[in-house]
Amino acid sequence: MSSGRAVVVGASHAGVQLVTSLRREGWSGEIVLVGDESALPYQRPPLSKAYLAGKCSLKELAIRSEDFYVKQDVERVTASVQEIDRSAGELVLRTGNRLSYDALALCTGAHPRRLRAEGAELDGVHSLRRSSDVERIREDAIPGRNAVIVGGGYIGLETAASLRSLGLHVTVLEAADRVLERVTAPEVSAFFTRIHQQEGVDVRTNASVEALVGDTRVREVVLASGESVRADFVIVGIGIEPTIEIAEAAGLVVDDGIVIDAHARTSDPDIVAAGDCTSQDIPRYGRRIRLESVPSAVEQAKVAAATICRHDKEVAALPWFWSDQYDLKLQIAGLNTGYDDIALSGDLTRDRDFTCYYLRKGEPIAADCVNRPRDFMTTKRMLTQATAVDMAALTAEVAV
Amino acid sequence: MAMVTFMSHDGEQHEAPLEEGSSLMQVATNNAIPGIDADCGGEAACGTCHVIVDPAWADKVGRSGPEEEEMLSMNPERQPTSRLSCQVKVCESWDGLTVQLPEFQM
Repeated sequence: MSSGRAVVVGASHAGVQLVTSLRREGWSGEIVLVGDESALPYQRPPLSKAYLAGKCSLKELAIRSEDFYVKQDVERVTASVQEIDRSAGELVLRTGNRLSYDALALCTGAHPRRLRAEGAELDGVHSLRRSSDVERIREDAIPGRNAVIVGGGYIGLETAASLRSLGLHVTVLEAADRVLERVTAPEVSAFFTRIHQQEGVDVRTNASVEALVGDTRVREVVLASGESVRADFVIVGIGIEPTIEIAEAAGLVVDDGIVIDAHARTSDPDIVAAGDCTSQDIPRYGRRIRLESVPSAVEQAKVAAATICRHDKEVAALPWFWSDQYDLKLQIAGLNTGYDDIALSGDLTRDRDFTCYYLRKGEPIAADCVNRPRDFMTTKRMLTQATAVDMAALTAEVAV
Repeated sequence: MAMVTFMSHDGEQHEAPLEEGSSLMQVATNNAIPGIDADCGGEAACGTCHVIVDPAWADKVGRSGPEEEEMLSMNPERQPTSRLSCQVKVCESWDGLTVQLPEFQM
């Protein structure tokens, strides 16, 4: 099938790649991209970095220019989808209008996890996922003010770096005993704590939030320990949850994300899905994983488009991630889940560059590379090709 | 309008207009040029927008910076005039520019 109307729900990285790839795979019919934000689809990773720091406009973050959608004959529709009527082959929009489809792709993404604490609904409490969130934060981000960030994950730390660059006082509250606890080795957590402290951030661990206090607007954050932290505003960055409601209501199998196979097909083989909303068996790791990553969204979208056009393609690329904080460029190749050892190159207690290799039974499975693009590319290539590795050579200090 | 030609590994040619101030990667993605993946959207983080600039144009386009150099150094298809196209800001005066695409983006 390569004609009729293909509808892609969700206009972010996965959705935009999907419409791009549909044309490349030969879809000659209509393509409709439905999104609930009116701006041109934009890149999300810079929201907590360059966009928050005021270094770029939303227009500069457009994934594709306006012209692209015209030339590729892709119709953009701004609407929220209420329901998928599978038997009719139609989407029901929140306006009540219906949109029929011959092929359907779900790229519904994810939304920020809500803080379960008293006062979480006060004014001045923000999450950070959409451009409109950042625009509200920027109104609050006046130099000299006190920003409290709940969550010491990548979003929290990137946000801390951006707010410091704007001249705010920043406190990061992490409930676990170290930042990045879920995703990196303790040595790497210690590295990022040191850097943020050197940059003037008050990093507090074992700090769970008991309540946010204020009349209509947040004024302070009270911790479980009884301590309180002054806050002119609060940013909650405690993770994201996949947006699966319409898929679940339509009877698709959902398990921490819309379950897809290697061809990006959902439990209904006529519906594909891609991006942060999905969860997928990854043979490389021997289990089902929901990846929160642009490269993975793009890879799944390419496969989903091929599947719609009845071409045989499977998701195979190595997962990878990146983060920017201050002058640090972190690039992560692979997933470190299940590592039993690490090997370090560089002095994490002193330098601003290093690589942390994660090993399992002596074999490297992932690497965190800070300001070491060469190590990142080497590791990405090595893990992709599964070539034999000499770890001693990798971690040897070489003057380059 | 000033045009750039992207030449694929197997000799296929795709032309796109050079829009002043855009990156060469944006020119490619906005015109759906096959062979430029640009997974990271222009952060020099992924290395999937590798192009090889026609040597005759190399001085005008400029050489790779140190960070770019590190990203490219491991690439088996790397050539002396290799660039990450996200790091190249294009000029309308570059009409006729030709760049080669590698067989694989990695």
